[in-house]
Formats: sequence, C-alpha cells, structure tokens
Amino acid sequence: MTRVGRIVTAPIDPARLLADVSRPANGAILLFLGVVRDTNDGRGVTGIEYSAYEAMALRELQAIADEVGESLGVDDLVIEHRLGELGLLEASVGIAVAHPHRGEAYDASRRVIEELKRRVPIWKREHYVDGTRQWVANASGSSAGVAPGVGPVAR
Amino acid sequence: MHPMSVTVLLFASYADALGAPSLSVELPAGATVADVLSAVRRRPGAERLPPRPLVAVNQRYASPASPVGPGDEVALIPPVAGG
Repeated sequence: MTRVGRIVTAPIDPARLLADVSRPANGAILLFLGVVRDTNDGRGVTGIEYSAYEAMALRELQAIADEVGESLGVDDLVIEHRLGELGLLEASVGIAVAHPHRGEAYDASRRVIEELKRRVPIWKREHYVDGTRQWVANASGSSAGVAPGVGPVAR
Repeated sequence: MHPMSVTVLLFASYADALGAPSLSVELPAGATVADVLSAVRRRPGAERLPPRPLVAVNQRYASPASPVGPGDEVALIPPVAGG
C-alpha cells in the first residue's frame, strides 16, 4: 500500500509518480497533472509562485491521501504539490492513483484534487504579462468563515 | 494562570498586509482563537484582513471558540489556492 502526500520544490516527475503506484494487482493507473496555464480571468499569465504553510500542507495532503484511499478502497495513491516559481506548462500538482479497476481510480483522482483545492494551505501569486503580480484564491477553496474540517464537511 | 505570549504565523496576502511572516500577541489565560483575532486586529495593516479569517491551531483548522494555550502553534490561513 502506498498512500502518500508530498511537498516538493524540484520539478514533478510523472514517471516517478506512476512508478510509486504501479503494482501487478492494479489494472488501472491514472495520472493527473495541474499545470500553469497562460491566462486567468482574461489576463495573460507568465508564471505562478506557490508558497505554503508547509507543515500543515503536508499534514493535509497526507490526510487527503488516507481519507480518499480509505473511503474508496484505493490502496495506491500519491499526491505531490510543488512550491516555488513555476513557468508556463510546469506542473504544480501531480496525482497518481492505481486500482485493480478504473472506476475507483477515476473517482479517487477527482476527489483528491477537489479536496486539495478546498483545504490544503497553499497559496499562489500569479505573474502577468504586464509585470504585475497578484494573490489568487481557489473558487472552491477555504475562505473567511468557512473552515474546512470545522463545519459540516468535517472529516 | 498568567497572561501568555503566543506567536501567530502569517502567510501570503496576510503576511503582506501585516508586513511580517509572524507576530507575537499577548493573551489572557484561557484565551480562544477569537481572542487571538482580536489581538491581531489591533496591529497596523490588520484592516486589510477579512472579517473572519481562518485560523489553524497546531496545524489543524480551528473554530473561534477553540482554546489557545502557551506553546500552541497558531496560524492565520488566507483563502487557499493549491492545485
């Protein structure tokens, strides 16, 4: 069994994530990559700078790996989030999931990224083509007054 | 039971608002997360924080009524943006 959350600064290596979850019992392997794209809200983006409350982010990533794995019966699940300055097309997050069958793998992959965006204390500052920068929040993310893990969605 | 000093960690836009990655606040014995927020609000720049910022105590999301004791790791959590 491999249920792991990791925070990294080096580029995410998709081959390594796939290797982490590959076992002969697993007939389905899924890889999700979240990458830096060139526009957001109509503005030209040149890069994104990610930072985190690292100890808590790592704890939340591991908790998500454990919770999603437990609830869907997925034993092999790796979540990696990168911090630092990323350019276009660089992966900020990689999720590899493997299961004997595809259904559980798709469900787990989706659930992991939604939970990650909602509650892991990671922040991003977008850099724009006009030279300005701005902190940006996830639409689904934790915000004032809605504490993940405190309200009705508590785990 | 004596007043205590607690370090509050700040990140991203909140660190920018208050001009530091952390600050130290004095709290009465038996203080809660709400007391931490009240103390932070008295600092210059705090007017740029939202009305009810999220708080974590010892790396877990906490509610306003959660107790805060000496040695606890308290952090204000700006709206998250992972992924």
